[in-house]
Amino acid sequence: MKDRLAILTASGFGSFMAVQYFLTAPVANAAYRAILGWIQIVFAVALVAGVISVVRLHLKQLGRRRNQRVYSATLLGGAALMTILGFAGGVEQGSPFLWIFEHWQAPMQSTVFSLLAFYVASAAYRGFRARSAESAALVVAALIVLLGRVPIGEWLLPFLPSSADWILNVPALAAKRAVLIGIGLGMVATSLKVIAGIERSYLGGR
Amino acid sequence: MIRDGRRARQTARRYPMLSRLSASVIPVAVMAGCGLMPALAQSAESALAKETGWFQAARLPELLGIALSALAIWAAIRLDRRGRIPKLRSLPGLDAISDALGRATEQGAPVVYVTGWGGDMGRPTTMASMTILSDVARRAAEYNCRLLFPSHDPVVASVAQETVAQAAVAAGRPDWYRADDVTFVSQSQLGYAAAVDGLMVREHPGAVFLLGTFEGEALILAETAHQTGAVTIAGTDSTIQLSFFLVACDYTLIGEELFAASGMVSRDHTAIASVQAQDWLKYVVIVFLLVGAGLLATMHFDLSWWIAR
Repeated sequence: MKDRLAILTASGFGSFMAVQYFLTAPVANAAYRAILGWIQIVFAVALVAGVISVVRLHLKQLGRRRNQRVYSATLLGGAALMTILGFAGGVEQGSPFLWIFEHWQAPMQSTVFSLLAFYVASAAYRGFRARSAESAALVVAALIVLLGRVPIGEWLLPFLPSSADWILNVPALAAKRAVLIGIGLGMVATSLKVIAGIERSYLGGR
Repeated sequence: MIRDGRRARQTARRYPMLSRLSASVIPVAVMAGCGLMPALAQSAESALAKETGWFQAARLPELLGIALSALAIWAAIRLDRRGRIPKLRSLPGLDAISDALGRATEQGAPVVYVTGWGGDMGRPTTMASMTILSDVARRAAEYNCRLLFPSHDPVVASVAQETVAQAAVAAGRPDWYRADDVTFVSQSQLGYAAAVDGLMVREHPGAVFLLGTFEGEALILAETAHQTGAVTIAGTDSTIQLSFFLVACDYTLIGEELFAASGMVSRDHTAIASVQAQDWLKYVVIVFLLVGAGLLATMHFDLSWWIAR
């Protein structure tokens, strides 16, 4: 009964969201915005449950896992500090909350993001080993595109920039569009299956 | 094909008048149709430009596309119910799941399953990933291999908890499921990437599954998984991140293969039939592209206004 109700809700709202896309009536648009608001309520409730779950997990780890105590303590301490500062001092410009966000969290995020530069290099090193005809073609195409994008490439071989543009705009774009068409069809099929009640993975595998 | 040709020759011998008529009428009809096409297209374009009172006429192409997709899925399901079950080709990434789980079990290492930072539960890619998670969790429970699922979204984490718990029951091992292994981590993109990276470095997983919608964290996660020595099986609907996965991971499900894999692992005939429907729709798209390109090349008749609205 519980599952049937969930499937009926998903089918009903899925059908409405699909139909309202084709309607011009203001009431359909208003209903669409109201439903999006309800999704935020569901998300907020789930977020509270998620935060409680994280706190409970790390409190357990403080007591059990000796080698991970420091991480759990840092997480719990940081979460408590930001919560207190947010409620006590607000989140406006110049508040301690925002100062910590801008001077601690933002640099830490930039640090993690900057790892990408090294990971691109290591992935390229592994990907550009010409073991087969396909990987050899990949290496040649990558070299043309890389050299075609820097001044020295044009200086060495004047046709490289136009060749790089051709690779990006013709074979690479054709492949990308083919992948996108396949993805689009897969998404449409999955969405229709949800509306028809065939796809039920959102119920947790029941 | 040969039989059809013989039948056509027999019909031509039996009804020579009809044969001659069809031979002359068909080319004339085709030529007339081609001549009328620009005028028809112009009138259809002007009709689409007009807004009716309640219906957004400009979105008619999308409506027709959805109707065609629904029809294809319905037809595939009908055929399946009549016993015409399609034979699907195997996907190397899907076949590798069992080996990766076996390897992790032999090593006594856990497996990590990530749906990426880019998708919420409303995204079809995340739904497809949840179906694959169900299969991975069932096999992991059978092998008694630990499964870790860090999530960026509390709703996805809740659905994943239920999925893994149900898979454990289906495998006959409800005690295998540990709620602490399927958790919400952080909503921050790079905070999430750092948390999953840390998890992989500490736990040394035997296999890492990166299946879902990924953004900038894709390569960070794939490279860290590779450095820990895990077998990496990836799949995403993001074309930019797909290129990173192709060079960094051992197996990659390319775009729609993720949806096909979801249908294949579900072992549900209806889901498999929908994979067949996707293939039919692809043929329809190919025919449209060829006809459109042919009309543009031969008659300078541009159909792009139909889709680029």
